[in-house]
Amino acid sequence: MYSVRLWSVRHARGLNNFYKTFEKALVALHPLWAKIGYDKVEEPFQSLEKITKGFLFDCQMCGQCALSSTGMSCPMNCPKNLRNGPCGGVRDNGNCEVKPEMKCVWVQAWDGAARMGLAEPQGAKILDVQKPVDNRLKGKSSWLRVVRVAKGLEDESGNKPKPPSAKTGVAKPAATTAAAPSPEKVA
Amino acid sequence: MNDGHSHFDPSAPLPLLPGHSSGGRLERVLRLGRFAVTAELNPPDSADPRDVYERALVLSEVCDAINATDASGANCHMSSVGICSLLTRAGYAVIMQISCRDRNRIAIQGDVLGAAAMGVQNILCLTGDGVQAGDQPAAKPVFDFDSTSLLECIGTMRDKGLFLSGRKLTTPPRVFLGAAANPFAPPYEYRAVHIAKKIAAGAQFIQTQYCFDVPLLRKFMDKVREQGLHEKAFFLIGVGPLPSAKTARWMKNNVPGVHIPDGIIERMEKAKDQRAEGKQLAIDLIQEIKEIDGVSGVHVMAYRQEEFVNEIIQASGVMRNRQQRRAGETAAI
Repeated sequence: MYSVRLWSVRHARGLNNFYKTFEKALVALHPLWAKIGYDKVEEPFQSLEKITKGFLFDCQMCGQCALSSTGMSCPMNCPKNLRNGPCGGVRDNGNCEVKPEMKCVWVQAWDGAARMGLAEPQGAKILDVQKPVDNRLKGKSSWLRVVRVAKGLEDESGNKPKPPSAKTGVAKPAATTAAAPSPEKVA
Repeated sequence: MNDGHSHFDPSAPLPLLPGHSSGGRLERVLRLGRFAVTAELNPPDSADPRDVYERALVLSEVCDAINATDASGANCHMSSVGICSLLTRAGYAVIMQISCRDRNRIAIQGDVLGAAAMGVQNILCLTGDGVQAGDQPAAKPVFDFDSTSLLECIGTMRDKGLFLSGRKLTTPPRVFLGAAANPFAPPYEYRAVHIAKKIAAGAQFIQTQYCFDVPLLRKFMDKVREQGLHEKAFFLIGVGPLPSAKTARWMKNNVPGVHIPDGIIERMEKAKDQRAEGKQLAIDLIQEIKEIDGVSGVHVMAYRQEEFVNEIIQASGVMRNRQQRRAGETAAI
């Protein structure tokens, strides 16, 4: 919801702190997710994430959440899906070029990041260059992905998601070190 | 070799100098510390190459590189790749603009290789105006990359010889990479920081949106200098002649990202000959802008007024100390 989305940016600092604690808990519970099976918890997690983040941020379920790096303003709500900053078309009143009635997602993002503290590591994450979206992750749970990356089941870039079988290994994709052991670990 | 481009042969690539990314003239001029001029070519709505050559000829006399736009304003025209193909085969220095709006990562990386093979030495990475701004608002917006991730991708192709996927290139594209800046749109206080991000992603030169508000530009350049960005990238400021007060008002309201202060529109309205006033305004702006610390050149965008570009540049005096050296090149082109 638009008004809640704006509220979330105003409370970026608190929400980010809450998420950090939440993330730690999720990672700590890895043995549980592994026991049930990541594929089994994936769907409930997707629903949970969609409801909560959808309400708070108008989350679009890109599956590679960048909220902590974008001042809690979801970049996927930018009509151009920009993940690294505003375009040049922002209106004088700070609204979007494409949707004139909406505040620019990136004007909001800088506001949120400033509230998180640009001089602090949390807020300064807005300066990190974000990779292009991995379209394979759309609709997936970003939370579970964070846990899998933290536990070394997936590589950082998300380019090598899932470990279903050896079939995904095309020709010789520049053998990334982290991806190789993951299939066995999960299997 | 005294200054590199004094022996310019339009048909042969320049040898790569140490520390240079491209064999292009623009990079050489900038690295020599000369005030550079680039100009935008208005792409024709036609399949006739002469429409491109006629426009390029007028511009080339007074600029170091010609920008080939990529459906700017989301309006359909001859493609950037097509224009670059025509211009490079005639020996012109071009800046190929790539917008993220119309093509995905597979198409764009392929275009970069093709462009470099044709002799394109400079690439400007742009987000692209939204489709709603153009003549085909029903089109599907792509935006697979954004301008920053595009810069990083092409930088990796050039410096590491790799596609985004990690697959190897046999010959990397030798290109000088540019990004756009709009210091005249919110969030003003973060625009310079945003440019720092683009520079970190690989931008080596910056071309800005039209500047009609010098005080705002000064504030932006203050922040650029505070961060030392002018030492990491070359800043070329966008300027252009306004044809009339009416057009100025229209641009202000309809062209995304164009900011024209009311004072400028009033100045145009008061003038007897508005066209001449617009030209004079551009000259005045260039003269004011070139004195700002950290500015390396200007980027002239004269929509449907190419014939004025020559006059504006000559009158502004920014090319004065280069005329003799360039005489031979112009003749050769």
